[in-house]
Amino acid sequence: MAVIETRDLTYTYPGATKPSIEEVSININKGDFVILTGPSGCGKTTLCRCFNGLVPHFYNGKLEGEIVVAGLNVADQQIHQLARHVGLVFQNPENQLFALSVEKDVAFGLENFAMPRDEMRKRVDWALQMAGISELSERPPHELSGGQQQRVAIASVLAMQPDIMILDEPTSFLDPVGAEKIFDVINELNKKLGITIILVEHRLDLAAKYANHVIVMDNGRVALNGSPREIFTSEKARLIGVGIPKATRLYQDLKKHGIQLKSVPVTTEETANLLREVLKHD
Amino acid sequence: MIEVKDLYFTYSTGLEALKGINLTIDDGEFLAVMGQNGAGKTTLVKHFNGLLKPTKGEVLVDGVSTRDVSVAKLARNVGFVFQNPDHQLFSETVEGEIAFALKNFGFEEAVREKQVDWALNLLDLTQYRKTSPFMLSGGERKRVALASILAWDPKVIILDEPTIGQDHQQKEKLQQFILQLNAQKKTVVVVTHDVEFVAECSPRVILMSQGKILVDGIAKEILTNPKVLAQASIVPPQITQIFLELADLGLPTDVIDVHEATKILLDRLRERS
Amino acid sequence: MSVFEGFKFRKVSSVVHDLDPRIKFFFVSILFVMAILFTKLIALTVLFFIPLPFVFMAKVNRQWLRSLRGAAFLAIFIFATNFIFGYFYPTAFQEITPPVDTLVEYLVLLERAAAMTLRFVVLIASFSVFFLTTSPDHLGLALQQSHIPYEFCFAFTTAVRFVPVLADEAQTIMDAQKARGLELERGNFLKRIRNYIPILIPLIVSAIRRSLELAESMESRAWGASKKRTNLYELKLKKADYILILISVLMLILAIYVWLYVPIPSLTTLLSL
Repeated sequence: MAVIETRDLTYTYPGATKPSIEEVSININKGDFVILTGPSGCGKTTLCRCFNGLVPHFYNGKLEGEIVVAGLNVADQQIHQLARHVGLVFQNPENQLFALSVEKDVAFGLENFAMPRDEMRKRVDWALQMAGISELSERPPHELSGGQQQRVAIASVLAMQPDIMILDEPTSFLDPVGAEKIFDVINELNKKLGITIILVEHRLDLAAKYANHVIVMDNGRVALNGSPREIFTSEKARLIGVGIPKATRLYQDLKKHGIQLKSVPVTTEETANLLREVLKHD
Repeated sequence: MIEVKDLYFTYSTGLEALKGINLTIDDGEFLAVMGQNGAGKTTLVKHFNGLLKPTKGEVLVDGVSTRDVSVAKLARNVGFVFQNPDHQLFSETVEGEIAFALKNFGFEEAVREKQVDWALNLLDLTQYRKTSPFMLSGGERKRVALASILAWDPKVIILDEPTIGQDHQQKEKLQQFILQLNAQKKTVVVVTHDVEFVAECSPRVILMSQGKILVDGIAKEILTNPKVLAQASIVPPQITQIFLELADLGLPTDVIDVHEATKILLDRLRERS
Repeated sequence: MSVFEGFKFRKVSSVVHDLDPRIKFFFVSILFVMAILFTKLIALTVLFFIPLPFVFMAKVNRQWLRSLRGAAFLAIFIFATNFIFGYFYPTAFQEITPPVDTLVEYLVLLERAAAMTLRFVVLIASFSVFFLTTSPDHLGLALQQSHIPYEFCFAFTTAVRFVPVLADEAQTIMDAQKARGLELERGNFLKRIRNYIPILIPLIVSAIRRSLELAESMESRAWGASKKRTNLYELKLKKADYILILISVLMLILAIYVWLYVPIPSLTTLLSL
């Protein structure tokens, strides 16, 4: 069942000479874990902002084509109406936290919804727990590490219980340990709570293992759209310059030399198992 | 040459960031300083151009203690490229931005022009000479920042987390550029937590954790030692992880490069048959 | 600056910290009114001692003294101007027949200047206690519950939240520019001001970018969804707050009574000079 559908979506920022995204037609199903990737400037950030209505309502400009998110036509809805279904986590953790304590930040969206205090309290505690930061509830944001801040941002979006969560390069400023923790949390949300995830990420070697759907954009258009293994082994992906996981590159290298592994690996474990088979066989 | 002798550093907040660092960096070396966020990497390299002065111990740049020289003087030989280019861009034009340091260091106009031309060309920015840096994309601004540091041709170049926020192609270009700089006999120090990047460049690596240096060696040795990497909360490169899993098959575990990995596997398969 | 230290909130658990900020503000305002009512040194000295028990209960002695120390410069200025003014325009004082020439008359002037200075100090002292014992989010909450429009309360708490972030960023920008040879301590007055441009511009640009990102984040979390927002926290008046209200009102009544019916002598008269 499609939870996001776009048809020939085209958007031009005010004052821009050419559109940032052109004729984007994609379908995202409920429960999908989508990786949205592509070179800098390809339009993935703009596309994300179309999903929650920042485009066109915050940025104005010209939006053409159709986009339906959680059954709602984005062009006709206000951002706060869409916020009940779609959450957006941004790249810089610092600029998403405005309150002086973690729990107040997590409650921010709920306060905007005018939720009664008791219900809010329960939701906030739940969201903090899901993001693994219950013990940080009264700390001020300035005392937290980047990774902790980003988990607060995720909790504050999660508290609003959206069906869809979009994360725009959430691990950019984090070290691999921090990034890993974020991916674990997002994965839990997807697998345990059934939230549809759209993750914009360059570091595919870290994120690929969670996804069931990959969309590659280039120059404002969708260049590739399919399963991770299809995309990573395609020649087009290599030409566009997407950072294919080293495991997959090893697969391709071996293939060039006549060694065909049984399937396309994306993770360390998969590769090791496949290699073991091949090596033991002989 | 940079010598670090028993360096201790405590911030004014009381945080003890460096606890006894001993290190020598020879001219022309390529060094990666790795570790988790908070390990002290940036704190350490900020001592090389005098932005931070030791609480205890000494840092000598070409034999002169950093305590005795101003930052401006040290900067003449040690260029520091900060993580976020937006923390330095302020000029009306790209060429103005690049000329800024040259003016500060007292270069004459003729020399300045030559250096600006050279730096613009080096980083593919000639077309943007008269453009405002604020009008450029993120990647382009990073290049402007880099050009403005290289403009005065410092002997030592320090790059603080240069791969953050970069896409794959940008990282590859950066890799090549850094290797080029090193090939031109510049001392290059890169602070990073990106293992794959270090695996591709294969420099000397020092691994830091909690204000101390855990190990100092070549990339191949260190990135393939899971125990020591774990102490610094770093995960080995994916290729290394694969070979570590297959260690019981008698395959070498000090592999960090895809091509080397393919060769080893092909050789093993040929042996068998 | 040490005077600011005296106003920065410290997180300590005490009765004073737990008091409702609105009530604390009410109390401090009463002190303010009383300080305005009285002009005699004796009365103002009594007023000065009133915040002291709160300072001790809140355990903020050192910071409070720092705020007084910071105010010292301005206090001296007030003393000097009052004394000089009184010297040239003594007709304001009934006890003095111009010109000012006897010892008693000088003492009257001194006392008057001291009283005015003490009035200023009482104000600083009371407001310092207020700010030292009230957390910014408590304060923001108090503003909100006092029916100040949410936009202002939000702007206030967000500004406070970002003060340390901006301070860090300013430091980073200064480091980045120093590393390009910028010398902030050199040059004449005009040159020094110009030297701050490479610091201010990135700071301002960053602030603008930050505001944009904040706005995006706010909108994405349903800012403006409801006309009336609810709040996770609620300020409720407790026993201690009611006691403080009672004390404040009693103080005010006593003060008005004294002001109307009890003539307070000046110190000079009291010492029968």
